[in-house]
Amino acid sequence: MSRYEPVIGLEVHAELNSNSKVFCDDPNIFGEEPNSQVSPISLGLPGTLPVLNRVAFEKSLRTAVALKCEITRSTSFDRKHYYYPDLPKNYQISQDYEPLGRNGSVELHLKDGEKKTIRINNIHLEEDAGKLVHPTDPGSRKLSWVDLNRAGMPLLEIVTEPDLRNLEEMEIFMQTLRGMLRYLDVSDCKMQEGSLRFEVNLSIRPVGEETYGTKVEVKNVGSIKAALRAAKFEIIRQTEVLDSGGEVVQQTCLWDDEKGETRPMRSKEVAKDYRYFPDPDLPPVVISDTWLISVENDLPELQDAKKTRFVSQYGIPEYDAGVLVSDRALADYFEDCCSQHDSPKAFSNWIMVELLRELQNRELEIEECPLTSEYLVDLVKLVEAGTISHNIGKEVLVDVMDSGKPPSSIVDEKGLKQESDEGALLDIINQVIAENPGPAEEFGNGKDKAIGFLMGQVMKKTQGKANPGICKPLFEKILRT
Amino acid sequence: MIGIVVGILEIWTRKMSVTRDEVQHIALLARLELTGEEVERYSEQLTAILDYSAKLNELDTSAVAPLFHAVPVENVFREDIPGNPLGVERSLQNTARRKEVFFEVPKVADGS
Repeated sequence: MSRYEPVIGLEVHAELNSNSKVFCDDPNIFGEEPNSQVSPISLGLPGTLPVLNRVAFEKSLRTAVALKCEITRSTSFDRKHYYYPDLPKNYQISQDYEPLGRNGSVELHLKDGEKKTIRINNIHLEEDAGKLVHPTDPGSRKLSWVDLNRAGMPLLEIVTEPDLRNLEEMEIFMQTLRGMLRYLDVSDCKMQEGSLRFEVNLSIRPVGEETYGTKVEVKNVGSIKAALRAAKFEIIRQTEVLDSGGEVVQQTCLWDDEKGETRPMRSKEVAKDYRYFPDPDLPPVVISDTWLISVENDLPELQDAKKTRFVSQYGIPEYDAGVLVSDRALADYFEDCCSQHDSPKAFSNWIMVELLRELQNRELEIEECPLTSEYLVDLVKLVEAGTISHNIGKEVLVDVMDSGKPPSSIVDEKGLKQESDEGALLDIINQVIAENPGPAEEFGNGKDKAIGFLMGQVMKKTQGKANPGICKPLFEKILRT
Repeated sequence: MIGIVVGILEIWTRKMSVTRDEVQHIALLARLELTGEEVERYSEQLTAILDYSAKLNELDTSAVAPLFHAVPVENVFREDIPGNPLGVERSLQNTARRKEVFFEVPKVADGS
């Protein structure tokens, strides 16, 4: 056990999934040709004026309400000034004086069954900056290439209080928040697209100490995994500094994901002199009682409520329900299956064991899954009807994931139908008995375990297609009567 | 530009003279490189500008809420409908330097 306790706060940046940018009508899409999704406003050309996107604001408000924030009834936008080529106007429109929400909270379910509340300092809406490419060839070392497609995309910043005390809490917080943002349909939170990013503020202090240690701010953290690695790196680094009698220096660092280390930024870059002032181009947004009440009433069913409902409505174990509701799209997928065919436990097993593993292997989200809910329903029906065995079903599932073809055509094409014909199976069983007199005798003498070996041989001869429900009675009939 | 003005206004709220250090700090924020002679000159000029507007400080505004917008207007929204972006060629047509579909700029040192 370490003698130090980490104190961790996070700044979470989530890109909102509106159709267009936050202050102009450029499409809000990832992965397009560089500089193809820009307009005079996102380029910061003189004379252009921003106008707030209604949907981006509503999504922000919905999130602030779900995070139990005190809503600022007259919220406004400010200019945050800094000089960097990814920011064409040389200021970012953000919210400093009157952020949309303050003093919220998120409840965590820790692994030991305990609950913990993480306080949210504030939540505010701002615009994202562009992206810089740093060329590596020697001739271009002193240059940067700028892509402004991301400039002006709506970005929600959620700032926690320093309430996290270890990596487990940190991971559960990030997963819980990600789950909420997806439940609320405000952000896709796709790490690979950078739509969920973090800044980690971390200090350590001797266990039992009340005052905080000196904190280090780590920027440029692009995923939950990277945030955990960065935090771990800082905990070890700061522990070493203190153990060797040194003092942690307050500084801002960049996370280098490739090297797996934090690196201090130069003092010039972190001159934190943002000179915030109210943006005269954007009037305040006043949130009436009626508006706020309608947002509260329209909040979608969140994880905890859905989990309780799944247990009572579908009669699945609490553990299953917990896994299924961890992601809104996954929960929807499960419910889609159940609405087509009444086998909740079968669906939950197939999803939890086979499907999630295959998705993870392929780094796919459930929305991108080639095995649609219709296909999973077909697959489960094929297994339930005895057309294919459970094991063959697993192979078919993998095949659908690879080919995107319907399960029934894969079964037909590959001749995977389960052999249920007694006559055909009898021939094979007689062969197996003839080739394996030892185990056959054991089974005949009442040793039930021996059937495992004998069935294995039958499966080998039939490429796994023999229907075990038919074979077993046949073995009994031959060897025990 | 406005950023520089705000930097100066912040100084103004405290006192009426712009020191050379403050000029250099503002120059750093604006990424301007100034000679010693320029720093001296701007320090005098900026002080003169602030002195000129210092007259406003004679008014007692302690009971007046700050006014950010001259026109009382609120809740102005744009519907979330994507428009037609400029396209790569038009986006880049005014840039001094480009590299294929990117703007090309001098690298801002970040230690990497």
